[in-house]
Amino acid sequence: MSINPDLAGRNYPAQEPYVVGREKIREFAAAVKATHRAHYDLDAAAQLGHGDLLAPPTFAIIVAQRADALLVNDSDSGIDFSRVVHADQRFTHHRPIVAGDQLVAELHVDTVRAMGGGAMISTRAEIATTEGEKVATTVSSILVRGEDQ
Amino acid sequence: MIDFDALEKGQQIGSATVFVNRADLVRYAGASGDFNPIHWNERFATEVGLPGVIAHGMFTMGAAVQLVADWAGNPGAIVDYQTRFTKPVPVADPAGTNPSETRGTAIEIVGTIGALDTEARTARVDLVVSVEGTKVLVKAQAVVQL
Repeated sequence: MSINPDLAGRNYPAQEPYVVGREKIREFAAAVKATHRAHYDLDAAAQLGHGDLLAPPTFAIIVAQRADALLVNDSDSGIDFSRVVHADQRFTHHRPIVAGDQLVAELHVDTVRAMGGGAMISTRAEIATTEGEKVATTVSSILVRGEDQ
Repeated sequence: MIDFDALEKGQQIGSATVFVNRADLVRYAGASGDFNPIHWNERFATEVGLPGVIAHGMFTMGAAVQLVADWAGNPGAIVDYQTRFTKPVPVADPAGTNPSETRGTAIEIVGTIGALDTEARTARVDLVVSVEGTKVLVKAQAVVQL
């Protein structure tokens, strides 16, 4: 099955909120070997002016990849996840993510470019709180390799 | 505290080495929710044409920015961070070793001031991230609000 060229311009609305937990921040920070105390210790986070534990700079990938899954798992997308390679990633933080945030992500498929038998797909997740405060914009490109690549 | 006015383009902010073994990849998979088997199953990785198990690009991206967070003193000051993933980071499973204890692949990170915006008071740190002399991230740039 090949990539559906009509994916470009498609939007996926926000799903159930992702609730950022303190233990998830600690777990994610340890997994990327981040040692800053603001990820682990409330007082250290407070000293920097954060209201709760501070998420590491790439934490939003959890929320972004959940949104991306809506596209990848869409029955008519033609994307075989086992052939997906992450090509690029960008995070723009409108404000830091902290524990207690309830985040929702709206996914936009910005471009779909045929490449050999596969395609390069760029998506953008607009991440906001359930109250509508903008938190982060993530942009990511995935390369879906064709059958012969 | 960093004195913004004393910063110069081209100035090195520091360097670091991060080691990654198979256990680190399992931990990152669990923490991030990215369970793609190319990051933990040798047979599957080889069958899809990779040299073997490779690190999550997002592990490398996430670990590399620590240098910038330490320099800035506040990871929350990193307002923008981007990279391209150009080369895979192979993570071997040497015979006779405990995958949780073996040293793993060394990822070398060097950060340099790439640009300064005096109005916004931001510094762009350009990261060179390599494994055995090969760049694995390209255009890895973090913008820090100072």
